[in-house]
Amino acid sequence: MYAFAKPIELLAQSKDTDLKEDKTDQSLWGMGVDLESCIGCGKCAEACKIENNVPKEPFYFRTWVEQYTVKNDGEVKIESPNGGIGGLKQSVPTEDIFKSFMVPKLCNHCSEAPCVQACPVGATFISPDGVVLVDESYCIGCSYCIQACPYGARYMNPYTKVVDKCTFCYHRINDGLEPACVEVCPTNARIFGDLRDKKSDLVKFLQKNPTQVLKPHLNTSSRVFYNGLSSEVK
Amino acid sequence: MEQHFQHLFEALSQVDGYIYPNEIDLHWGLMIVLYPYITGLVAGAFILASLERVFNIKVLKPTYGLALLTALAFLVVATLPLVSHLQNPLRSYEIFMTPNPTSAMAIFGFVYLWYLMAVLLLEIWFDYRRDFVIWSKESKGFKKIFYKIITLGINDTDENSVKLDDKIGYFITVLGIPSAFLLHGYVGFIFGSIKANPWWSTVLMPVIFLFSAMVSGIALVMVIYMVVSWIRKVKIDMDCLDTIAKYLFYILIIDFTLESLDQIHRIYEAEESFDIIKVLVSGKLNITLLFMQVIFGTIIPLSVIGFFQIYKPSEKIRKVSYFLTGIFVLIGIFFMRWNVVIGGQLFSKSLSGFTSFNAVYYGMEGYIMTAVWLILPLLILTFLLWLMPPWKKIS
Repeated sequence: MYAFAKPIELLAQSKDTDLKEDKTDQSLWGMGVDLESCIGCGKCAEACKIENNVPKEPFYFRTWVEQYTVKNDGEVKIESPNGGIGGLKQSVPTEDIFKSFMVPKLCNHCSEAPCVQACPVGATFISPDGVVLVDESYCIGCSYCIQACPYGARYMNPYTKVVDKCTFCYHRINDGLEPACVEVCPTNARIFGDLRDKKSDLVKFLQKNPTQVLKPHLNTSSRVFYNGLSSEVK
Repeated sequence: MEQHFQHLFEALSQVDGYIYPNEIDLHWGLMIVLYPYITGLVAGAFILASLERVFNIKVLKPTYGLALLTALAFLVVATLPLVSHLQNPLRSYEIFMTPNPTSAMAIFGFVYLWYLMAVLLLEIWFDYRRDFVIWSKESKGFKKIFYKIITLGINDTDENSVKLDDKIGYFITVLGIPSAFLLHGYVGFIFGSIKANPWWSTVLMPVIFLFSAMVSGIALVMVIYMVVSWIRKVKIDMDCLDTIAKYLFYILIIDFTLESLDQIHRIYEAEESFDIIKVLVSGKLNITLLFMQVIFGTIIPLSVIGFFQIYKPSEKIRKVSYFLTGIFVLIGIFFMRWNVVIGGQLFSKSLSGFTSFNAVYYGMEGYIMTAVWLILPLLILTFLLWLMPPWKKIS
């Protein structure tokens, strides 16, 4: 069912979750993104910046939305002005468009995370519940993790001088809330949940839809699953 | 901060195609170009010294001590560009305190320390020990104090003690060859192991870095040997110079072959990333790769030294040619590092667009700092040559 992505059972057994002897009560967070529902309003990117104090300049994003336009001649146009904040507008004339769709992007919270492998001091790590985090008090600011991330999901915060990235709003999910981007999404295009909870919306989403992960050939065991992912998306 | 944002807004206007929004800022600049460049010079200079000591190529004797001191002068500076590039340089010690064993960068810190402490310093000390003892008796002032301290109280100068020095020194040099290979091969691995970046991610990267390091280190010692001889107004040993050039020629051929193999492999396999890499090489890296690295830094030196293997013109012509060739090679390898470090960040990991690199003159990542890190080892070398002149050693 999950082309290229590891089945939930395998994800649940991945080595980063072996931190606890008794793993049965430990959540394993992940996200589903339904591309058929995303309208490119950019509310998710905006809410993320506000919630997580991400610098407002258009060079720093924990999450953003890309607009893909495949023209009739086969040319693919990708745009994400200001990460999609304020809403993505179509600039290609309708008669020239073969198809168009939106793709929200964020940290993929890989269970085999290249950033975690690369960090020289262990400042970036995977939490027991499967979230890739950065210890701000420990990061030396070498940017090696930024180079190692295949998804462009990390940035160097110019104010704090440490690397920053999506945490699934760790402070919120620990309080039983959803990540800010999920909460504000008007079309429920983002589905957050526990991969170990078979009753969770996320697991139901994965059961119902043929999902895919980004750059499956890199074998990072991503925990962000896309429904309706087109081959043009990189 | 405003200046930084201004810089990024300018870069934003130069974006070609689509790049991820976090990719506008190039995170590794000139300092990270310098880091493998300087480390490579160290490894190359040491391997040249080893040719004399371990492989018994006696004709290289005039450059043995010079090569060792050159390696030391550059090794002392090697990590400074890396540390100065860190956003939190005061936390850099954490690499040694709590290293992440899966990180190539963390392990490099230990490889570096091993090379500095266990190989280079020890080898130089055993090589100079008897001279330190003798010089401590003949010198005055600062030099006398320095020589006395550096002997570490071991003042034997009899034949047996010198033989022991030689034996230990030989053993360390033998150990030093794989260490030098490890040092620079590892730098290549830092880039070659990044699977997210198709320009870096090649299994050949450590080997290419190693041979290019040998090329640059040999060229550097060749140039320094000529300059030091001119300053000292002593005759250049042409046999020595011809032999260095011969080794430079051989290793440059291997280096060029490996790099060509890497590119041919990319072209033949033409994987997903090939389209953007093709545009990168023919566009953004056109001058720095095709002209500076390949033609200026490789083809011309190969042709000149290659020609001298068949026909030897007069000493004067050879000297000038070797000097210019050495400089060309040094510039070429600098641009090889540039093409790897900067080139690898110019295209987006979305494989759909390019950003630009706009170096600045001032600041920690600017041209002036780059010049400082390149001049500093030469000043250190000048000091070392004043303090421990290899030509005054009792051989």
